[in-house]
Amino acid sequence: MWTLIVRFLHQMASPQYFYRIAGRLVPWFMVPCALLMLAGLYGGLILAPPDYQQGESYRIIFIHVPSAWMSLFVYVVMAAAGVIGLVWRIKLAEVVAISSAPIGASFTFLALVTGSLWGKPMWGAWWVWDARLTSELILLFLYLGVISLYSAIEDKRVAARAVAILALVGVVNIPIIHYSVEWWNTLHQGATIAKFDKPSMHTSMLIPLLLMALAFKLFYAGVVLMRARCEVLERERNSRWVQSLVEPQTR
Amino acid sequence: MKEFFAMGGYAFYVWMSYGIALVVLIANLVSPLMQRRKLLADIARRQRRQRRAESRTGSRTP
Repeated sequence: MWTLIVRFLHQMASPQYFYRIAGRLVPWFMVPCALLMLAGLYGGLILAPPDYQQGESYRIIFIHVPSAWMSLFVYVVMAAAGVIGLVWRIKLAEVVAISSAPIGASFTFLALVTGSLWGKPMWGAWWVWDARLTSELILLFLYLGVISLYSAIEDKRVAARAVAILALVGVVNIPIIHYSVEWWNTLHQGATIAKFDKPSMHTSMLIPLLLMALAFKLFYAGVVLMRARCEVLERERNSRWVQSLVEPQTR
Repeated sequence: MKEFFAMGGYAFYVWMSYGIALVVLIANLVSPLMQRRKLLADIARRQRRQRRAESRTGSRTP
């Protein structure tokens, strides 16, 4: 069993092998993602009853909370992959780290925008400088910093190292975002699900929310593989296997 | 049905959220697809150019 795992890891370290396997894996993430998302939307928009306080507006939660969770999750994956690349010099980890950044940035953007669209009717303001909102905005800037730092450095291996350090420093923001609703008096409501008590949410709302969260996770897995394939292709563009990939079929 | 789209008066906020989410998800899918296509086309173009240069100077025999 152990030798099998070691062999698998060795093969995955080969860019050519990764390129092929990742391409084959993508639909295995995307198809379940689409099904879960449809189920989640049906449950969230049609089956779930309106909220007793917020009426129908609370339905933004089925987008807002999964994307906010993903904004944190992707960051942790990115920083962890960055550190693995930094310490063990594994190229694939660098590729995963840098491929995660734009996806994480888009989830953070989505969390902020949907939060704003929810805040306006509920709080009466598009934006407040509340601890939760501010720390999430900083997260967006961290992602954008990672993306621009990577593109600013010519040598991709040096760039990956610089990015890993930036991502690692930014990890302090993650617990700040999570606990901001407890540490400070925020306008943003407290945790509903990620707490030690029972989730304070009815199952008819909780199930679609969890379905959407799972769908978003699968979406990230699929897209990060797609992006990683491009990154591998770019880095390996002069190698023989990439050259034979674009070879005209007539040879 | 009309009631469903009205979202109890919150139609703008709710549908705007879902609309933007859809745009973000699609952009995430399209971006790597386009990037891959462009990259492969670029690599193929360079390869052709190199082959042509090689055959002209005869620097390498096949």
